[in-house]
Amino acid sequence: MKPLLMLAAGAIAVAILATVPLYANGYQLSLAITLLNYTVLATAWTLFSGPTRYVSLATVAFFGIGAYTVAVLAERMAWPWILLIALAVGVAVALIVGLSTLRLSDVYFVIFTFGLAELIRQIVTWYEVNVTRTLGRYIFVGIDAADIYWQLLALAVLVFAAGILIRRSRLGLALRVIGDDETVARHIGINTTIAKVALFALSAAFMTLCGAVMAPRWTYIDPAIAFNPVISFQVLIMALLGGVHRLYGPLFGVVPLVLLFEFLLARFPNHFSILVGLAFMLIVYAIPQGIVGFVERLLRRKGAAA
Amino acid sequence: MSAALLEVSGLTRRFGGLVAVDDMSLALAPGEILGLLGPNGSGKSTVLNLISGALSPDRGSIRLHGHEIASTAPHRIARLGVARTFQLVRVLASLNCRENVLAGLAFGRDRLWGHAAEQRADELLARVGLAGRANTATTELTYIDQKRLELARALALDPQLLLLDEWLAGLNPTELRQGIALVRSLRGEGMTILLVEHVMDAIRSLCDRCVVMNAGRKIAEGSPDAVLADAEVIRAYLGDDDA
Amino acid sequence: MFTAALTSGLVLGGMYALIAMGLTLQYGVARIMNLAHGELMIAAAFAALWLFTSAAVNPLLGLLIIVPAAFAISGTIYRLLLTPLVRRAPNRDALEVDSILATFGMLFVIQGIMLVMFGGAYFSYSFLAFPVTIAGATVAANRLLALAFAAVIGLALYLYLTRTRLGTAVRAVAVDPQSAPLVAIDVRATAALAFAFGGALVAAAGVLVSMFLTFNANIGVVFTMKALIVVIMGGVGNLLGCLVAGLILGLAETFVATFVDPGLTLATTYALFLIILLVRPQGLFGTASR
Repeated sequence: MKPLLMLAAGAIAVAILATVPLYANGYQLSLAITLLNYTVLATAWTLFSGPTRYVSLATVAFFGIGAYTVAVLAERMAWPWILLIALAVGVAVALIVGLSTLRLSDVYFVIFTFGLAELIRQIVTWYEVNVTRTLGRYIFVGIDAADIYWQLLALAVLVFAAGILIRRSRLGLALRVIGDDETVARHIGINTTIAKVALFALSAAFMTLCGAVMAPRWTYIDPAIAFNPVISFQVLIMALLGGVHRLYGPLFGVVPLVLLFEFLLARFPNHFSILVGLAFMLIVYAIPQGIVGFVERLLRRKGAAA
Repeated sequence: MSAALLEVSGLTRRFGGLVAVDDMSLALAPGEILGLLGPNGSGKSTVLNLISGALSPDRGSIRLHGHEIASTAPHRIARLGVARTFQLVRVLASLNCRENVLAGLAFGRDRLWGHAAEQRADELLARVGLAGRANTATTELTYIDQKRLELARALALDPQLLLLDEWLAGLNPTELRQGIALVRSLRGEGMTILLVEHVMDAIRSLCDRCVVMNAGRKIAEGSPDAVLADAEVIRAYLGDDDA
Repeated sequence: MFTAALTSGLVLGGMYALIAMGLTLQYGVARIMNLAHGELMIAAAFAALWLFTSAAVNPLLGLLIIVPAAFAISGTIYRLLLTPLVRRAPNRDALEVDSILATFGMLFVIQGIMLVMFGGAYFSYSFLAFPVTIAGATVAANRLLALAFAAVIGLALYLYLTRTRLGTAVRAVAVDPQSAPLVAIDVRATAALAFAFGGALVAAAGVLVSMFLTFNANIGVVFTMKALIVVIMGGVGNLLGCLVAGLILGLAETFVATFVDPGLTLATTYALFLIILLVRPQGLFGTASR
């Protein structure tokens, strides 16, 4: 009964959200797109990093792969094909990175993801300069803001559905065991490499699609725009602020921080990086469990007192 | 000898210049409890780590039912029916008791999942003396109960061979009696057990045979009373005072 | 061309080794994975630039001001910002993750401050930029000087760690933080000392690099990245490993830049990193741990 109720509530929420482009003005729709963009990215990040506790700093590597694939292929084929190819490229990169680093200790993984976006950016730049001799591409596809919004909403629904299904599956339990104690995980029969790589690739798939869907927002794209490291950073801090122990946790970080960033970028464009860094440190020091964890602990303490 | 469940021969493992395990051989018949003894640092835990796949040997073979398992990944060895506990108890802290056991059921030999698995998990919890604690957080468990939970998780793999690494260490006399009774009841079900242990009472009352190690080598093998009276064992392990 | 590439590879490699030694002290001893490491280096480079251009202070004299300042600042950062994380971390892994996150925030703060002060443009200044010919290759004098200073600083650190009481304590904590207190070593004070030394080393590298490379406020991350790779290649906590791995990386990058394409240097770095991870995950000089 309860799951059905939740499902109905979710469906109603999605239906209401789907009507936003019908009455929102340009600015509101743009803000809604930003919110959905970060919702998808932060939730996809949590999908992998929440249970396994591997900190990935590579969000924009996949986001950028998606966006740049669109920039290269736009006008050459139908939109669904472009998405499919972007997806394939993103998953292939994720598999390579995952298989080579996730077998080892988590620090190697963090370090590798730390520079992955920079590496891909340099390779793409090198390729464009030396082979195609064009740096920067224009994207002309017949996709407007409302289309982007609906695609992102669909993507958000898919991320949450995937998260719920995994949580209830054997794979979900395997990941929680890995997060707790990887040695135990191996000794009770879990193939930890496959579990981690599979989830890392799934998480990367959503990030790649998100980048591909967002690409038409820019009419001009170059490697520096597509692989902007600030995006990885923002996704990480949103997920951490919200809390990574629950699938819906990142939402509680995405909404306040997207609004805060909008405000900071408008008021203090020159000091943006400093303020974001300070906000990030405040979160790490003051609420390491994230907002959701913080509230849950408060409630538990209250329950214990009553 | 082909009837042996586990057959280890010529097993050697080095760490840098230190030879932790040196040309070890031992065998377990089905249903047997073998005690692996020796002073601290004699290589007992390394042997366990080699059998369970946590480490790869430099030389030697480990056969389970005649199949070579040396250098196999630990998750494969676990699925073949070798379960273990750890010297320093390792429960999964963010999972409750039932989920700890479910983790063993879901990926072990039976690959149980869903309602059947939950039922089996509760049975196993009752089996080790944790009936009714299914939803308890592991952080609320006492030391002995954490050890019980770890055993339940190992049993969830439906093992043919159970490796217990000082599972009875650190228990008070009452708990020790319960622990010994629990291990003995497992043997009653036909389980084969390799026991690394220091507690003499437990060794005498549980083990069919003992193998004693010192400095990575086997120095004695036989019935508990025989090896504990062995002159070399006394010299290496018990010291003159205890003899 | 070959000897030219060889010498500039050695100079660059020496710088990488120095930066990585700072990081390996911080990570190996204090267990802080400092992602803001390169930012401190670039801050030191800017300080040297500022001293040289506006106060006409020779960068080698600048070392005497900047390095002690970096030591004090790093020590303060450890005391004020990182000690709380050390206290709350239940184990080493938790501290690693926490320190990665906290220093990731610091990275953006320091970088932001430098962006506000200097903007995103590239800077350089001309100090001892005349050419010198050795072994048939022409090298700028400032590069040779930088290499010589790096060698002196590295050697001094090595002697300090192996020949003095305090240095031995630092190494003891790196090897076994649990047992170090048993021989009356104050682990927390030693960790703070090691962290401050790491900051001093990377600041020295920053001053030296500023003499011959152009730099901007955004480039610190790249140096952090390379230092991390050198540390892993050499084996965590291993100074000699840092030296060898740093030189390998410097030479590999310079040769690829000279004979293949300058746009592929980072790709080279990564390729090396991946090869090391796949073949010897414990590092070139590390031994498999039990």
